[in-house]
Amino acid sequence: MAALLELTKVSKAFGGLQCVSDLDLDVGDGEIVSVIGPNGAGKTTLFNLVTGIYRPDAGDIRFDGESIVGLAPHKITNRGVARTFQTLRLFLNMSVKENVMAATYGRTRASLLESMLRLPRARREERRTNAVAAEKLSFFGERLMGYRWNQPAYSLSYANRRRLEIARATATSPRLLLLDEPAAGMNPVETHEITELIAKLRDDGGYAILVIEHDMHVVEGISDRVVALDHGIKIAEGTFDEVATSPRVVEAYLGASATERK
Amino acid sequence: MSDAGDGPRIGADEWVARSGERAEARGGIVGRLRELYERVPKPAVFAFFVAVGALVPLLTAQTDNDIYFLRVGTVALVFALLALGLNVAVGFAGLLDLGYIAYYGIGAYGYAFLSSDKHGVHWGAWLVIPLVVTASALIGLLLALPSRRLVGDYLAIVTLFFGQIFYVIATQGYRISFLGLNKDLGFDRANWDLTGGPNGIANVDRIGAFGLTASSERAYFYITLVAVVVVFAGLTLANRSRTGRAWRALNDDMLAAQAMSMPVNWLKLLAVAVGAAVAALAGTINAALLQGAFPDDYNTQVLIIIYAMVILGGAGSLAGAVLGAVLVSVLMLEGLRPQTPIGDLTGNGRWVFYAAILLVLVATIRPLRRLAAILGGIAVFGVLVHTIVAATTARGTDGLLNTGPETFEEGGPLGWLVRNWLALPGGTYEVGSRTWFNIALVGLIALMLCVTLVKGWVRDALIVPAVWLAGFVWETRLVIEASGPTRLLLLGVMLIVVMVARPQGLLGRPRVEIV
Repeated sequence: MAALLELTKVSKAFGGLQCVSDLDLDVGDGEIVSVIGPNGAGKTTLFNLVTGIYRPDAGDIRFDGESIVGLAPHKITNRGVARTFQTLRLFLNMSVKENVMAATYGRTRASLLESMLRLPRARREERRTNAVAAEKLSFFGERLMGYRWNQPAYSLSYANRRRLEIARATATSPRLLLLDEPAAGMNPVETHEITELIAKLRDDGGYAILVIEHDMHVVEGISDRVVALDHGIKIAEGTFDEVATSPRVVEAYLGASATERK
Repeated sequence: MSDAGDGPRIGADEWVARSGERAEARGGIVGRLRELYERVPKPAVFAFFVAVGALVPLLTAQTDNDIYFLRVGTVALVFALLALGLNVAVGFAGLLDLGYIAYYGIGAYGYAFLSSDKHGVHWGAWLVIPLVVTASALIGLLLALPSRRLVGDYLAIVTLFFGQIFYVIATQGYRISFLGLNKDLGFDRANWDLTGGPNGIANVDRIGAFGLTASSERAYFYITLVAVVVVFAGLTLANRSRTGRAWRALNDDMLAAQAMSMPVNWLKLLAVAVGAAVAALAGTINAALLQGAFPDDYNTQVLIIIYAMVILGGAGSLAGAVLGAVLVSVLMLEGLRPQTPIGDLTGNGRWVFYAAILLVLVATIRPLRRLAAILGGIAVFGVLVHTIVAATTARGTDGLLNTGPETFEEGGPLGWLVRNWLALPGGTYEVGSRTWFNIALVGLIALMLCVTLVKGWVRDALIVPAVWLAGFVWETRLVIEASGPTRLLLLGVMLIVVMVARPQGLLGRPRVEIV
């Protein structure tokens, strides 16, 4: 079976800095793949390439068998790729519920005129959008429910903002979720929770997930497969144990001397 | 980045953090009234204000006085339309569109082209208005196309250029030719007159359809009111729709909006086009109201005033846009005229002036006891100064009032109050006031600057003499000598004060930009 997301020989450079070079990567349907690597390894650049914010210098990115290189970001999202951001990028001045509702834009069709005249299609879609928002927010139990629905997003705690980012991404009805450091800045309890949550996203939501994560407990807990990057080059791929013990990975994180001392 | 005080608290659950505060607030009369207000459904509130608006003309008669009053109302409603339209691009989508005034002008000139002797076309308003509005929306799309990738100040420069282009075309459009070669190219004229140049287009038809013509002041008030109501309702629904959410999303974070499936470039074009349509509608009404289209009604100064309305009311709030438009146009542009076109209306400038100051204080100072302290301080300060000056100088404190009736005795209750509060130099107008006016003006400006720089009780203390000096400056000379600049100056002061105390505008919600 062909992979859902397939990168072949993708390269991207900014000026003289080669951020990603000749990268091959694939994510299968329903698979959770983790991307690890030291700071500046090119992980977020990889996400930006897949979601169309950057265009690769070379190579091809295929989603569901079709090339998505050169498509506008919103069109890629409409194909079924959704992401969260490492530096939270919520619509801070909109309510929690509206944040999620806004993300259904690509799945609704009512024109502005239809909305202004409240024609049947607009009303129907609005009802559905409300239902989608309620469903996506209830995924996190009580955390984002109740009075919080109508609170501005900026009033949420850090961990809740991370949750809202995930809820918002799932509201675009994706097949592939790109999570950029979902556990960053969370305490151990919340980190544990997010680990279970990512597994639940795959099991209940049916999403394939590509996740960047620094917390190795999370990576170990969720990954079907782990890909390690350093300076834009894939240095290891395989199960968590295989990658964690790979000398090149240890070297990338701790320096050359660490491997020599062994 | 946000103040520890009243600003939005990022990451803090305000609902929980302020639950105690809320419970406390509910206790007082204000709290109970607010609770009552919040229980009233929003459409009912809307209907109430529309009904109040609709009753205004019924209170007027067919006298010159009342017709003038009604005209002030109609102009305020035209500005309300403009503020509503600008709010789409600026308040919803967060685009700094400085070319907005061009669409207002396109509406007016478009109507004038198709309903006047200028080009000999006299189509009915039922055809012209939809046509012009649609054309303006299309022009909006077209002009936004090259700047669709721009944001912030870059967008501002480009759109400002479009606005200026319109003004140049309007003022220079009476001698259009192909590089001066018309005769050589075989045309019968050396140049064409399209816009009438600086003189504009006069004798534009009234709005009429199917044999009926709207010619009374009342008719225009109602036409404009209906337009405001329709636009307000339409934009309220638009704001709640997927498109409205997308506009606000791209205002908050364009990149995230893109990643969440929103076509931001198209949404920006749409926001500009919707605003352009509303502005053009206001333009057609204005042309029919004034029975003409004149370039200076569509220049950058008017644009800045519309911006002031939106910002004062609170960008993003439709009710705020209308409130801002009515406040600025009624109070600043009309109310502060030293003399209205009608003889016996002179003198309302003073009422408006002190009412505006009071309003700003009431709107911006919390809690109530602080407001009471400041107002009390202002009263005591004035009376004290008055008493001291009256006791120490032989010249007296009964200088002439320059607005309204000439002496205090004829100034009514407010005149009496002002006399005992201010200490105006006695003697004739020329000799008495010039020096003191200059000193007071410099002092006022210095105080206003200080007020914006300091915080806490020092600010409260400085507000007291600042208000007194403002009254002094107002009563001595300012209004009679230079009413136009004074009105803009006051508008600026009002904006500064409101923005310092309430950056989100009167009805706006506080915004968080970056975290």
